[in-house]
Amino acid sequence: MAGRRVLVTGAARSTGRRLVATLDADPAVASVVAIDDALPPEPFGTKVEFLRVDLRSPALVRVLQSTGVDTCVHLGVTAEPLAAGGRATMKERNVLGTMQLLAAAYHAPELRRLVLKSSTAVYGAAPGDPAVWRESMDPGTPRHGFGKDSIEVEDYVRSFDRRRPDVAVTVLRLANQVGPTVDNPLTRYFALPVCPVVFGFDPRLQFLHEEDAQAVLARAVLGPAVDGTFNVAGDGVVLLSQAIRIAGRPSVPIPEPLVSSVAELLRRTVDFSPEQARFLQYGRVADTTAAREELGFKPTWSSLAAFEDFAAVRLQRLVTEEQLVRLERDVLAVLRRAAAWLGSGART
Amino acid sequence: MTNRADGDPARCRAVTAKGTPCRNPAGPAGLCARHERQLRDAAAQAEPPPRPDAAAGAGAGGGEADAGPGDQAVPEALAPFLDWAEEALEFLRRRLTGDYPIDEFGYDPELVQHVLAPLLRPLYRHWWRVEVRGLEHVPDTGAALVVGNHAGTLPFDATMVALALLDEHPAHRTLRMLAADLAFTMPVVAPLARKSGNTLACNEDAQRLLEAGALVGVWPEGYKGLGKPFRDRYRLQRFGRGGFVEVALRTGTPIVPVAVVGSEEIYPMLTNLRRVARLLGVPYVPVTPTFPLLGPLGLVPLPSKWVIEFCPPIETSGFGPEAVLDPMAVFDLTDQVRDTIQQTVYKNLVTRGGVFL
Repeated sequence: MAGRRVLVTGAARSTGRRLVATLDADPAVASVVAIDDALPPEPFGTKVEFLRVDLRSPALVRVLQSTGVDTCVHLGVTAEPLAAGGRATMKERNVLGTMQLLAAAYHAPELRRLVLKSSTAVYGAAPGDPAVWRESMDPGTPRHGFGKDSIEVEDYVRSFDRRRPDVAVTVLRLANQVGPTVDNPLTRYFALPVCPVVFGFDPRLQFLHEEDAQAVLARAVLGPAVDGTFNVAGDGVVLLSQAIRIAGRPSVPIPEPLVSSVAELLRRTVDFSPEQARFLQYGRVADTTAAREELGFKPTWSSLAAFEDFAAVRLQRLVTEEQLVRLERDVLAVLRRAAAWLGSGART
Repeated sequence: MTNRADGDPARCRAVTAKGTPCRNPAGPAGLCARHERQLRDAAAQAEPPPRPDAAAGAGAGGGEADAGPGDQAVPEALAPFLDWAEEALEFLRRRLTGDYPIDEFGYDPELVQHVLAPLLRPLYRHWWRVEVRGLEHVPDTGAALVVGNHAGTLPFDATMVALALLDEHPAHRTLRMLAADLAFTMPVVAPLARKSGNTLACNEDAQRLLEAGALVGVWPEGYKGLGKPFRDRYRLQRFGRGGFVEVALRTGTPIVPVAVVGSEEIYPMLTNLRRVARLLGVPYVPVTPTFPLLGPLGLVPLPSKWVIEFCPPIETSGFGPEAVLDPMAVFDLTDQVRDTIQQTVYKNLVTRGGVFL
């Protein structure tokens, strides 16, 4: 059997670049077609053909047919409105780009597998949400921004699944990625000198280490084909307050009425899409049992370990743990001396 | 330092000065940070290296220079205080560096153990003098659904039931409570609710907790019970739509009714300021004999005498999960639970005697 031919969209961005490199190094893969509308910072490997194509261009059909790809990995859904050139453009790229890609994929006879990188953002973030989301639960609340895009993209992919039963469709809902090289709105948020938080709220967060994100994508492409939707996140949860303390940052509580204006400020500095402010107020946690049991994927980094790895490499703590340990000892020593002095005073 | 007996790998294997197993999470060496340091310090002392703080301690000891270095100079009476200070400082440092475990619902066992429970214990023991009966009806392990009556304006009854199970049950069980959605929209309350072991009262969360073998507490009367006027005291309100029974049937979990007597008198609600409540977006704003008359002082609950009784469990596994589809069975079970609680409340009201004595 000839090797696999894989098409990767959104290939010039960090997750895409890493996946393309993994596929390039894998002997089972004969060729990789990497697509993005931006140029990658460094050239890809020998098996990789990079095409600078907008997903919305009609050239996509020809690309899919002429290269005869058997697997399509769609990483081209973005959560960063500013980088995408505004919210309207972002929506257009996310939703219409996906529609075009799927339309082209429908006419690719050799296609056997479609992998979509989606996000746990589809569940939104609301106080009335179940504590832990399963894939089968219906995220009922109205949404906007990236979460809504992701829902619409998933809907189109599911409808594609119905029209092409010969194609195995794997939808991976990834939790927020962190890691030594990840650069996304959330990692930029934790790198701010002070982290604004919503006063009186402490959401539960889940993180996915970049290595695990890459591993699960590689598993979906190279492992046995599995139809279905899977949450992917590191084990356990981390509270926002806990994460900020691990990051060694001071947090600034913002009263709820002022949140939207601070969120606007954040939008400009770290490219937050508006619903991410709600994420930092209410948080979200997804159940990863299905990924473990059906996909056979177990992340190597827990949410906490992933975040600690990110913080250790990328962030400079204001106060180090050693300093705190020393302070703790000093206070104890002072207390001991005071106690000893009191004791001697009582006896004389 | 001795090793603990029960050998829980997630916990430190040392035994504290009080003789109880250390509750701190274990590091890679199987010890918590504090005991690992203790071990290291003990080893260092065996070799006598120069110890500046020990020398300083002995120097400050003044008259008892013969007492030797460090700890021995401390008078016996103050030793427990120093132990406590050491523990408190270590706890504080770990909170400051984010080094504490949280479960997926946001429950923070260390915060409950070291901060919240100690704060509530005086209320439990001295203010309301809670008397607990029927603890044997709560299983030592595995899932059970504790269903109780709800009263008293603020949900102190739920916290007292939880504290009774944590302190007085032989297995020291943690009660995971299902709280109203309002709790998760209010600042400060929302994270506190999750950290103390509450989660949203919805089928998904309840089922997840029960399937994990947790002891789950639910108060089906909700605001109707909490915010009812004093003249309706000890008259149980409607029990929601029986959602708790459905979850119990689906998971085959026994239902343990719990009757709380005493919570009705902590804030006797004379009337409800409906307009103010609507303005503030809360279900009720109570007027009690002391609130808002005495201002913040009116928030001090009255010292009524409490009796908490756990009733014999009602098994649901015999019905099978299909019983969920039969509304009649659900209604019947709901009524059975409600009646049990109501009867037990009446019985204990009679035996309690005076309200405050």
